[in-house]
Amino acid sequence: MSVKRIEAVNDFVIKFANVNGSGSASANELFARAFLRMGIPVSPRNIFPSNIQGLPTWYEVRVSENGWLGRRGGCDLMVAMNPQTWAQDLKEIDPGGYLFYDNTKPLPKSRFREDIHVVGMPLTEISNSAYTLPRERQLFKNIIGLGALAALIGLEPEVIAELIGEQYKGKEKLLKPNLNALQLGLNYAREHLKDAIGLKAKRAYAVGEQIFMEGNAATALGCVYGGATVCAWYPITPSSSVAEAFTNYCSKLRVDKDTGKNKFAIIQAEDELASIGIVTGAGWNGARAFTATSGPGISLMSEFIGLAYFAEIPATIIDVQRGGPSTGMPTRTQQSDLLACAYASHGDTKHVLLFPEDPHECFTMAADCLDLAERLQTPVFLMTDLDIGMNHRLCKPLKWDDARRYDRGKVMTAEMLDAGREFARYKDLDGDGIPFRTYPGTHESKGAYFTRGTSKNPSAIYSEAGPDYQYNMQRLLKKHDFAKTLVPKPLLTPSREPARFGAIYYGSTSPSMNEALESLAQQGIFVNALRVRAFPFADEIQDFVHSHSKVFVIEQNRDAQMKTLLVNEAHINPASLVSILHYDGAPITARFITKEISEIAAALNVRPIKRDKAA
Amino acid sequence: MTYLAKPRLHHPTLKKNAVGYTRRDYEGKVSTLCAGCGHDSISAALIEAFWQLDIQPHRVAKLSGIGCSSKTPDYFLGNSHGFNTVHGRMPSVLTGANLANRDLTYIGVSGDGDSASIGLGQFAHVMRRGVNMAYILENNGVYGLTKGQFSATADKGSKAKKGSVNSDSPVDTVSLALLMGATFVARSFSGDKQQLVPLVKAAIAHPGAAFIDVISPCVAFNNHEGSTKSYDYVRAHNEAVNRLDFWPSREAITAEYREGEVIEVAAGAEGGILKLRKLAADYDPSDKISAITHIARAAQKGEVLTGLLYAAPDAEDLHAHLNTYGAAFNTLGAKELCPGSGVLERINASLR
Ligand SMILES: Cc1ncc(C[n+]2csc(CCOP(=O)(O)OP(=O)(O)O)c2C)c(N)n1
Ligand code: SF4
Ligand SMILES: [Mg+2]
Repeated sequence: MSVKRIEAVNDFVIKFANVNGSGSASANELFARAFLRMGIPVSPRNIFPSNIQGLPTWYEVRVSENGWLGRRGGCDLMVAMNPQTWAQDLKEIDPGGYLFYDNTKPLPKSRFREDIHVVGMPLTEISNSAYTLPRERQLFKNIIGLGALAALIGLEPEVIAELIGEQYKGKEKLLKPNLNALQLGLNYAREHLKDAIGLKAKRAYAVGEQIFMEGNAATALGCVYGGATVCAWYPITPSSSVAEAFTNYCSKLRVDKDTGKNKFAIIQAEDELASIGIVTGAGWNGARAFTATSGPGISLMSEFIGLAYFAEIPATIIDVQRGGPSTGMPTRTQQSDLLACAYASHGDTKHVLLFPEDPHECFTMAADCLDLAERLQTPVFLMTDLDIGMNHRLCKPLKWDDARRYDRGKVMTAEMLDAGREFARYKDLDGDGIPFRTYPGTHESKGAYFTRGTSKNPSAIYSEAGPDYQYNMQRLLKKHDFAKTLVPKPLLTPSREPARFGAIYYGSTSPSMNEALESLAQQGIFVNALRVRAFPFADEIQDFVHSHSKVFVIEQNRDAQMKTLLVNEAHINPASLVSILHYDGAPITARFITKEISEIAAALNVRPIKRDKAA
Repeated sequence: MTYLAKPRLHHPTLKKNAVGYTRRDYEGKVSTLCAGCGHDSISAALIEAFWQLDIQPHRVAKLSGIGCSSKTPDYFLGNSHGFNTVHGRMPSVLTGANLANRDLTYIGVSGDGDSASIGLGQFAHVMRRGVNMAYILENNGVYGLTKGQFSATADKGSKAKKGSVNSDSPVDTVSLALLMGATFVARSFSGDKQQLVPLVKAAIAHPGAAFIDVISPCVAFNNHEGSTKSYDYVRAHNEAVNRLDFWPSREAITAEYREGEVIEVAAGAEGGILKLRKLAADYDPSDKISAITHIARAAQKGEVLTGLLYAAPDAEDLHAHLNTYGAAFNTLGAKELCPGSGVLERINASLR
């Protein structure tokens, strides 16, 4: 029986199974970048444990000339370098796919599968005979493997050599042995493994102007462009690299040329209680401030978030979501903090959330958050996740309009006070629920007020009177409602043909959803898709649901948190929503969405037998 | 209790300070604390200190946590912005506020529950960072606002009003502040205005983290026999190491001390002068190590050591550590902060 062979050009999934800390990361990244240089879109994902050395890690590379950048599901080629996960890795390969492994020590036939193609290469042997130091042997084994894969798949060796050259610019001593190792791999594969793999890379022109960037770095840059001067944080995966990138960018872009002084202050606080406190203090005093954290940090910050909501203090909170509850799956992705953030803190609270889909939106929305927080005088959350934050993603180039000025919101100045403008800190003067504030130190006799988390009257005087409290709470509600006119609008992707079904999705689900919509259309299942980009919900979302008989809500959490918010806050009948939930910690795949929707659609399309009219 | 504002009728003869304000201009709302509460005396000392220092009230920001003590910023400097934050976490809010605008004077008011119980972490870290502020801890050994439970500064063996005895060791806030890196550390007593006002003035002028632990009896819950934070107890056990005078500038110094009794210590921000009259012959407030030992010995003897315990001659603050820009961050806009589209194009190019 001949085994089927997956043949594909510029459209496949390759997965590397590695051991954490073995130096595989840099070779993996070179591999992914080589596709980009050949004009082929690629989307790599690190799947890693909460550990520094010794545990399994994976690097999954989606290659797609069509530009599908989400996880597809399945695996066409497994590069199995970790004996510990061998059995699990072997299982993941699609029938007709390939297994590439180090056959220095031969394995019995029973350790393989009949329905896949096994490509062995004595990587350790080649590396050991070429190098003597144990560290070199380990590191160059990765590069030898990279050379072999390049030959097998058709990645242009010059492109990889160029990338290695860029990596070791100024460190010529390291450059040569790397290029040698690459050549060793190329030579071996050309000689011994001719046409062993049916997956091919072919130069294309599908990358264009796009950039390749991590979401957390884009978020940090958005905070630089958006004018944040104070950053307070406490290390937590997967958010730490936001603060680290902010530090990095600021040291290049925010040091005053004349004085050498910093136009930023970054505090690695003692905990998240302090980071949000610092942000609150800075926001109260008129500086743009943000913190970056993940679920456990949000839990700790809750009391302060309530204070900032009730006392009306701007704060930008970046939540790079990971698997919860508790420590949960600290290095896996999820969209499971929606409710925790939307209603963070005790008492009646509601917060503004933004949902970026990729680094491009992380950049623009981070800057938007800083504007919104000051315009609305309230905490605003940027809800990213590990999948967007910690992986390089191909996306539109970042854009900034030089005419853009920061929206500092309603701030009453000394001039306005001198001109006799009415100032009452918590009074709605304009009908949008947003009062004026003053910065401390503004005026010698007017505009000072006392900020507190306790109830107060419109002039900020302590008051436990029922009507004062209710006026304030109603105004906050009005302000929240007004926020829906300011936040990013949902985006509609209409189907090619009239559709009964709708789908609502958000954040990092976006690229897999795009691919799933196309797969579904090819099966004749047409779905209008609406990407929700913010809470509070724009009215369009309600209209969208009402114009479809069923709307799928695709999420990466167990409890259908977006659905809950839609039902609660957009007054949508839960019967019109069908949840599709993915929450195993790995990013959602296009195949998963396609399968779920097609199965449910099939079931819904079955006409029920005519019921008794009396029923 | 009354929420009425005080009448603001200015008497034409009320004395004005150098910036044209009378003492009344430094007052706040009518206090709602119990009559005789130590905290009110501290508010009075703050009013006096700010008036004497010729600081315009609106250039001060007052921050506090939660508790009877933390309510007091409403009762002084009514023309300043104030912020009653959350329990135990005033230090972080003050840190952020200070980063946003380095040009104001920051005063933090807290209680012993606020700073030594729930807020011990933030208390320690704000001292480590050297935030430029005057941090006043109004220490009564109990949670006043929640009706008299022991706080973490209650001495071992001290008796609660209802009779229970505290068996936990106390947190000594001055020692802790010293160990954490505060550059100005003092202890005083709400009942000793003569000592407290100059200390507060010096703390405000100090260009770094200044901390004063003020024993401030709670008449409602901790002023009985068996308490170590009652008026009687503190009066009987007060051991002042020195008496301080503070002048904002050199010219004002009057030589009223006898030679040999007086030492000069760390200058304040604008070159102010601290003069200390030594009461304990062997006490040197510029020597941190010996200060720590001295405090520990006094505690062992059951003394309440007061006075200026430590002032670093070379204090620096967080802004110096972070090398921050001279202008207040809250005055900077897109022009000063945004790198612009040209730079972004270059960043884009580096990401291809
Ligand atoms: C998170 C939180 N827990 C508990 C409280 C209740 N609470 C209010 S004041 C206070 C104690 C205040 O004690 P202290 O700081 O010594 O101030 P005092 O009233 O003695 O001046 C407590 C426990 C609170 N406000 N917030
Ligand atoms: S309860 Fe104690 S601390 Fe509170 S106001 Fe009364 S005397 Fe002061
Ligand atoms: Mg107390």
